[in-house]
Amino acid sequence: MSIGPQDAIKNLHAERQDFLTRVLIAVTVGSGLVLVLLTRLLHLQVLEQDYYDTRSNENRLQLTVIPPVRGLIYDRQGALLAQNVPTFVLELVPEQVPDLDDTLARLGRLVTLSENDLLRFRDRLKKTPPYRGVPLRSNLSLEEVARYQINRYDFPGVDSVAGLTRNYALGASAAHVVGYIGGITEDDLNTLDEKAYRGTRYVGRTGVEKSHEHTLHGTPSTKIVETNAAGRPLREIDYRRGTQGVNLFLSIDARLQLAAEQAFGTRTGALVAIEPWSGEILALVSKPGFDPHLFVEGIDVELYKALNEDAQHPLFNRALQGQYSPGSTLKPLMALAGLDHGVTVPGKREFCSGKFTLPNSTRQYRCWKRRGHGRVDLDDAITQSCDIYFYQTALSLGIDAIHDFLDVFGLGRPTGIDLPGENSGLLPSRDWKLRTQREAWFPGETLNLGIGQGYLTVTPLQLAQMAARIATRGQGYRPHLVHATQDPVTGTVTPVLPEPLPPIVLRDESLWQPVIEAMQNAVHAPSGTAYRIGANAPYRIAGKTGTVQLVTLAQDEETAPELQEIPRHLRDHALFIAFAPADNPRIALAVLSEHSGHGGSEAAPIARQVMDTWLLNPETPSK
Amino acid sequence: MNQSTALPRTPRADWSHLLARAHLDLWLSLFLLALVTLGLGVLYSASGHSSAMLISQVQRLVLGLIIMLICAQVPPELYRTAAPWIYGVALLLLLSVSWIGDASKGAQRWLDLGFVRFQPSELMKLAMPLAVAAFLHSRSLPPRPTTVFWTLLLIGLPTVLIARQPDLGTAVLVVCAGAFALYLAGLGWRWMVSGVAVIAAIAPLAWHTLHDYQRRRLLTFLDPESHPLGAGYHIAQSKIAIGSGGVFGKGWMSGTQARLEFLPESHTDFIFAVFAEELGLLGVLLLLTLYLALVGRGLTIALRGQNTFQRLLASSLSLTFFLYVFINIGMVLGLLPVVGVPLPLISFGGTSMVSLLAGFGMLMSIQTHRKLVSH
Repeated sequence: MSIGPQDAIKNLHAERQDFLTRVLIAVTVGSGLVLVLLTRLLHLQVLEQDYYDTRSNENRLQLTVIPPVRGLIYDRQGALLAQNVPTFVLELVPEQVPDLDDTLARLGRLVTLSENDLLRFRDRLKKTPPYRGVPLRSNLSLEEVARYQINRYDFPGVDSVAGLTRNYALGASAAHVVGYIGGITEDDLNTLDEKAYRGTRYVGRTGVEKSHEHTLHGTPSTKIVETNAAGRPLREIDYRRGTQGVNLFLSIDARLQLAAEQAFGTRTGALVAIEPWSGEILALVSKPGFDPHLFVEGIDVELYKALNEDAQHPLFNRALQGQYSPGSTLKPLMALAGLDHGVTVPGKREFCSGKFTLPNSTRQYRCWKRRGHGRVDLDDAITQSCDIYFYQTALSLGIDAIHDFLDVFGLGRPTGIDLPGENSGLLPSRDWKLRTQREAWFPGETLNLGIGQGYLTVTPLQLAQMAARIATRGQGYRPHLVHATQDPVTGTVTPVLPEPLPPIVLRDESLWQPVIEAMQNAVHAPSGTAYRIGANAPYRIAGKTGTVQLVTLAQDEETAPELQEIPRHLRDHALFIAFAPADNPRIALAVLSEHSGHGGSEAAPIARQVMDTWLLNPETPSK
Repeated sequence: MNQSTALPRTPRADWSHLLARAHLDLWLSLFLLALVTLGLGVLYSASGHSSAMLISQVQRLVLGLIIMLICAQVPPELYRTAAPWIYGVALLLLLSVSWIGDASKGAQRWLDLGFVRFQPSELMKLAMPLAVAAFLHSRSLPPRPTTVFWTLLLIGLPTVLIARQPDLGTAVLVVCAGAFALYLAGLGWRWMVSGVAVIAAIAPLAWHTLHDYQRRRLLTFLDPESHPLGAGYHIAQSKIAIGSGGVFGKGWMSGTQARLEFLPESHTDFIFAVFAEELGLLGVLLLLTLYLALVGRGLTIALRGQNTFQRLLASSLSLTFFLYVFINIGMVLGLLPVVGVPLPLISFGGTSMVSLLAGFGMLMSIQTHRKLVSH
């Protein structure tokens, strides 16, 4: 620093002038920079405000779906048939699990994982989209939940989820009515309304659970929650209330259902009991049943195979899917047809020799009673179930008249009950035979049809409905299972009104009487085929037995072999239809007992127990 | 001085008289007060309604205002004579942090004096314009090459130390404080052009001396969308905050970006984003107006400065203050790389508040110690 402060001569004026200029330049540059900032601000805050506003909302808002609580299912008296029970389920979200095999191996050390659990999991894994949780173990014990929770940070994509699962109070006894729910699979997502099923884990698979899925499910509530950067929910922004699933009161009476189920004992078969003046199903049994709980969390492959291949077909709902020859239970209908067409006259007698031959034919058609019934009128024919009498009736009516009459009773068509999978049975006709067999209708087939054998098949439900329509003398209501619905929040019960069907009108109203009387005699007259249940009955029952042969006797065979000599699967089906009390019917039913023998001895007693339970028990509310 | 007694004793005259006696400048005081009040409001919101943070900021503010008041009392001549000493002390402190400094956030910037921790680089922000202004004051202007050489040495020595801490933001501010003084002293245009050329030439070399996080910041700045969840997250969230504010803003304490912790450093370096989110473009315009008013008032004082030292000091302080504001806002808007410069007088933070207010104290001193000399 050689130059001292005083050495330089300062040009003060020039220096100040230069300073001013340079400040102004700085101000200009500064203004330019401020302009850059303002442009940027304008761009962000005005032009792209919408974009950034959306980004900001996306940042902070999270949609949470609260699935609805599934509606409960009660019987007509208010006993729970299906309820929700809390459960802990160990769930894996496939796309979030880094190493599935390793994760499963390590999880196996914390909670019990059976071979079946793993098999079932692998199976469900294939059917579930990768972003949805797949249950690995259900019904975790509290200890298992605790053990998992402590280690949960070692298991990304795994969570123990508290949820509701389904419990079916009657178990196997009502499985074919109530049905069951099952986990939602990838296939389901194609058919279900994805919006309504966000967050829902189960969907109805069979029975009422399936047919009334829409009512039982409800709609989810959605919540928009503000979250912080760590994803922790802080505040509720919007809440859209969904609706809880609606409770159902079934027309089923649990007591009656259990009584019916027990009456079957080890027999297989089906029973349908209908309240004739409303079409409400009081009991619907298909034996054997199965445990519906097996299906809720997904059944494992082995068990399913076993159930499916069981010779007794427990998964098959005989009551509405089983199609059987009605046998002699069809005779009241044949009688009505004859009366309506004037070919049958009450009191007029026919001779039953035990054999019947068509004109110009040598083929013999036998009565079940080898020696014949002798001279029988309409009443005897129904009471004693004479085949020859109805061969004659059928022959007089002809196939076309029979077809048309049975059609009015709804045979050959599903009843339209609110259960999935109902079969229609088969009502043959000339047309049908030509169409399917490319053959003309033979008169012999008309004879077979007259005693409920041959091509004609019906479901037990159709049989019960047939009995109900005789009971009401032609009135009718569509069979249904839901008696009332209940709002789960307010508790308001709304009855379901019966749906009337077009009435069956005969030529003369009085024509019902001889048939109903004959049906009563079949039960209460000592010669009646079901006398064993009518002898001591405290009320009047109108009924008709049926015994369906599964093997036709050879023409030269004179006597039917003894029951014990025939292999079980070829033994006769025992059938019985009835309604009671005969003069004021409150219950109509059909019983099918498979491979057990005579309708009077094998099916009718089951019906009697059910009717007793319904009609004699003081707990039953009078209608 | 006796003329004041002759004036009619109106309340307003009384008020300005009082300010003048306290060596406070009316306009600077008004703007500062408005800015500081606005700042406290935003800080309260940005800190997530933390009254502890608010109190701590108010304490610093009071300390800063007291120091400003003291600085305003000191006559400019004393600053000029003390400038070399202040510069020397600041340089020594900078050297000492290299050895005994407290590492905060991975950088050695802090000096713990037992009762208070402060950053010597903040003191250098004041020492630099003081030293350069004082040095050039005694030279013939425009500066000769030797003067320029010595001035560059004055500027370069502390800059290297600060940059090595590393604190790029402060280094830039310190270098500019000196450079502004040199420029305003009449540095030849050729010098400036060649200066820019030299900087451009050594920039690639400087790249290798940068820390990893500094390089990452620069790369992110050049391509912000490349790391939307990594380093670019900061600036992306900042833009979302500002953009979503719109013209009118979401309302005070209603901004979501900061409150829900999407915006990091929301109460310190990125507080402008919170401000823009909650008060919108209109609020931002008010804020900018206040800042520019302070700069304008500072430059007015500089233009009225009674000697080279006063002019250079006042103008350097004012322009550095502007640069402060520009770098911070530019950085938050995504126009500049993230270099850790707080929003002056508003960001939560210790020594920058104090050094800034001390600078305003010096401006007030220059304004209020003017001797009545005829031109």
